[in-house]
Amino acid sequence: MNIDFSSEELAFQQAVQKFLQEKLPADIREWTLKEIPLGKEDFVRWQKILYEQGWAATNWPVEHGGTGWTPTQKYIWANECANFGAPDVIPFGFKMVAPVIFTYGSEEQKQRFLPDILESNVWWCQGYSEPNAGSDLASLKTTAVRDGDEYIVNGTKTWTTLGQYADWIFCLVRTGGTEVKNQAAISFLLIEMNHPGITVSPIMTLGGHHEVNEVHFNNVRVPVGNRIGEEGQGWTYAKVLLTHERTGIARVASSKKRLKTLKKLASETCDGDANLLENPAFSQKLAEVEIDLLALEYTELRALAAVSTGQAPGPESSILKIKGTEIAQQLDELYMETAGYYGMPFVSNQFTSDFDGERVGPGVITSSVPRYINNRKASIYGGSNEIQKNIISKWVLGL
Amino acid sequence: MDFSYSEEQQMLQNSVSKFIQQDYDFDRRCKLVASDIGFSQENWQLFAELGWLMVPFKAEDGGLGGSAIDLMVVMEEFGRGLVVEPFLASVVLSGSLIANGASESQKRELLGLLMDGQLQLAFAFAEPQSRYNLADVATTAVREGDNYILNGHKAVVLNGEGADKLLVAVRTGGSQIDGNGITLLLVEANVEGVHRQGYTTVDGHRAAEVKFRNVKVPVANRVGEEGTALPVIERAMDWATLALCAEAVGAMDKIYKKTIEYTKTREQFGVAIGKFQALQHRMVDMFTEYEQARSILLMAALQLDSNKGMAPKAVSAAKSRTGKAARLIGQEAIQLHGGIGVTEELDVSHYFKRLTTIQYLFGSSDFHTLRFAGH
Repeated sequence: MNIDFSSEELAFQQAVQKFLQEKLPADIREWTLKEIPLGKEDFVRWQKILYEQGWAATNWPVEHGGTGWTPTQKYIWANECANFGAPDVIPFGFKMVAPVIFTYGSEEQKQRFLPDILESNVWWCQGYSEPNAGSDLASLKTTAVRDGDEYIVNGTKTWTTLGQYADWIFCLVRTGGTEVKNQAAISFLLIEMNHPGITVSPIMTLGGHHEVNEVHFNNVRVPVGNRIGEEGQGWTYAKVLLTHERTGIARVASSKKRLKTLKKLASETCDGDANLLENPAFSQKLAEVEIDLLALEYTELRALAAVSTGQAPGPESSILKIKGTEIAQQLDELYMETAGYYGMPFVSNQFTSDFDGERVGPGVITSSVPRYINNRKASIYGGSNEIQKNIISKWVLGL
Repeated sequence: MDFSYSEEQQMLQNSVSKFIQQDYDFDRRCKLVASDIGFSQENWQLFAELGWLMVPFKAEDGGLGGSAIDLMVVMEEFGRGLVVEPFLASVVLSGSLIANGASESQKRELLGLLMDGQLQLAFAFAEPQSRYNLADVATTAVREGDNYILNGHKAVVLNGEGADKLLVAVRTGGSQIDGNGITLLLVEANVEGVHRQGYTTVDGHRAAEVKFRNVKVPVANRVGEEGTALPVIERAMDWATLALCAEAVGAMDKIYKKTIEYTKTREQFGVAIGKFQALQHRMVDMFTEYEQARSILLMAALQLDSNKGMAPKAVSAAKSRTGKAARLIGQEAIQLHGGIGVTEELDVSHYFKRLTTIQYLFGSSDFHTLRFAGH
C-alpha cells in the first residue's frame, strides 16, 4: 500500500498546472470559482482547448482519442481542475453516451459519433426519465415502433438537462411490445434533435434556473442504424452507463475546493469580536464535514484503484453518489450559515460580468441560498439516493 | 390544563383561514410576488378592516389585547398561505418597538395609522458585519443642536423599500458591540441622504439595503431615551421571532401533509411510493418534528404572555427547535416529491424556500441554542 505520488506523477501534476495556468480562459475560471452557471459557448470553448491538448476524454481508451490515464493521473487532474477553477466537461457526451458507443456500438457508429464528441462539435443530452418513470425507470413508456428501416418514436422524456442546447439525445425506448415493466423490450436509440416531431419545453427549477426540459416526441422517424447494439438490450447498456455516471458524482475534488473557499469566507466573516471560523459551533460542523470528505476521498480512491485492476465500477459506486451529494449539500448549508442575513437577497445574475445594476451583499456568498435550494436536486437526479440505497441493499448486501 | 383556543381565538383563526383558502391561492400569491410592490394593498386594507393589524397591540393602545397566542394564531395561518404582506416586518416587529419604546404622543401619532393600514414601517437593525448580534451597531448618530446626523449602512431591511418610515438602531455612545449606547430613531424614508436599494428575497418577500449619508433626524423623532434602546429591541425581536416560529409551524403543517398525500398517489414499481417503509418512517420523522415544533411554540407563546421573565429563553428554545424542524421537513418534502419537488410550478418548493430563510432569519438554530444556554 502506497499512495505517495511517483516522480512521473509529480511531473504530470506540474504539466497539468502549467497547462491550466496558460490555457484556462480567465473569464471561465472566474465564473467557475464563483459557481456561476456557464453558458453553452463557454463549455464548448473550454472543451475545444482540452481537445487541442488531447485531454478532453479522460475516461476513454486511447484508441478512440482518450487519455488512457491511470486512476492517479485522473485524481491529479480532477484536483488541479477544481483548484484552478476549470469547469467539468459536460458529461452527456463524454461520460454518458460515449462509453456505451465505444463498448457496445458498431465500428460504423464509433467512427460516426465519437470524433464529434471528442471535438465538442455536437451537444448531447439524456433521454431516460419520463413523467411517470423516475425512480422506476424500467416502467418507461416512450415507444419506438419498427417501420421498415426506421423506428417511429412517440412519448415524452423529462428532466433533460441542458436539452435546450442539444443536437442529439440518447434515449431509452420501448421496442418489442408495449407491456410495461418488461426490461427486455427496452432499446438504446440515438436521435437527432432537429426533427420536426421533437419539441423541447423548459422546466423552471426552484432556484429560478432553466436547466432542465421536457422533450416530446411526436411520430419521430429514426433510422434503425441509430440503435446501439441489440434490440431489447438497452436496459443492460444503460445500467453500465449509470454506473459510470455515479463514479463521477462523488465530487470529491470540487467539494475539497469549496471547503477551502468556505474556510476563507468564514474567516472573513465577523462574528462578534471574532470571526465565524472561530465560532465553536460553526467550526465543529465544518470539521465534521471535512472529516467525512476525507473518508470519501479514500473511498473514491479505493474504487478507482479497483477499476484500474480491471474491475468494472460496481454497485459500490452508489456509496459515492450518496455520500458525495450529502457532503456537497452539507457544504451548501454551511455557506448559507456563513451568509447570515445576506443569504436572503435574490438578485438574479448579479455576479455575471454583464450585470450593470448595483450589487447586493459582500460577494458571491450572497447567492448561497439559491445555490442550496438549486442543489437539492443532487440527491434526486442520477438515481435518487433512495434508489442508490436499494441498489446497495440488493446487490451488495444481498438483502 | 387546557390547550384549546378561546372562542375569540377560534373566530380569529377561522377568519384568517377562510381568507387564505378563498383569496390567497398559490397562483395569486405568485402574481403578488412578481408585482411591483410585492404584495397587495387591497389585502392590506382588508387585514386592517378585519382587525388583524390590531392583534399584536394592547387594548390601552387601541389593539385587540396583544396576546402572544393571538399572534400565533394569525401567523400560523399566514404560514399555511405563505402570505407575503409585510405583517411581520411592519406590524409585529416595528409595531412592538413603538408600543414598548415610544412616548404616549408618538404612540398616538403612529399606532392608529399602523393599525388602520395607513402606515408602513420597517425596522433597520442588521448591518453587514453584525450577523445576529443586536448589540453590534456601527451606524452612528451624532447630536447637532436639535438634530441627529445619521451615517451608516443597514442590511437586508425587511419591508425597507415599501416603508413610509424607518425605525433605525443607531449608536450614540459606547463601542461597536456595546449593549449600552444604542438609540432608536424614526426616520422618514424619503428624506435627503437615505438611499434605499430594494430587492426580492429568496422566499418572495421584499427587503432593502438602506444607506444613510448625513441624514438629519430631529431629536423629537427619537424613540425612547438616548442610549437605552437595546432592551426594547430585544423584546420586539422576541415577539417577531415567536411570530416567525408560528409562521414556520403553519408552513410545515401544510407541506408535511402535502407530502403524505403525494406519496399516496405517486406510483412507482407498481405501488404508491407511500407504501415503502423506508419512506413511511421518514414521514413519521416529519410528523414528529412538526409536533415538537408546535409544542415548543405553544410553550414560548405562553411564556411571553405570562410575563415571568422567561420569555427570551423560551423564544430562543422555540427558534432553535423550529429551525431544525423547518430544515428537516423542508428538505424531506422536496426529496420525497423527487424531480417535481425542485420545480417552480410546485407550491411545496416555495414553502421550502420560506422555511429555509426562516431557519436563519432573526438568528440561526446555533445562535438561539447558545442564547438559550446563557451565552
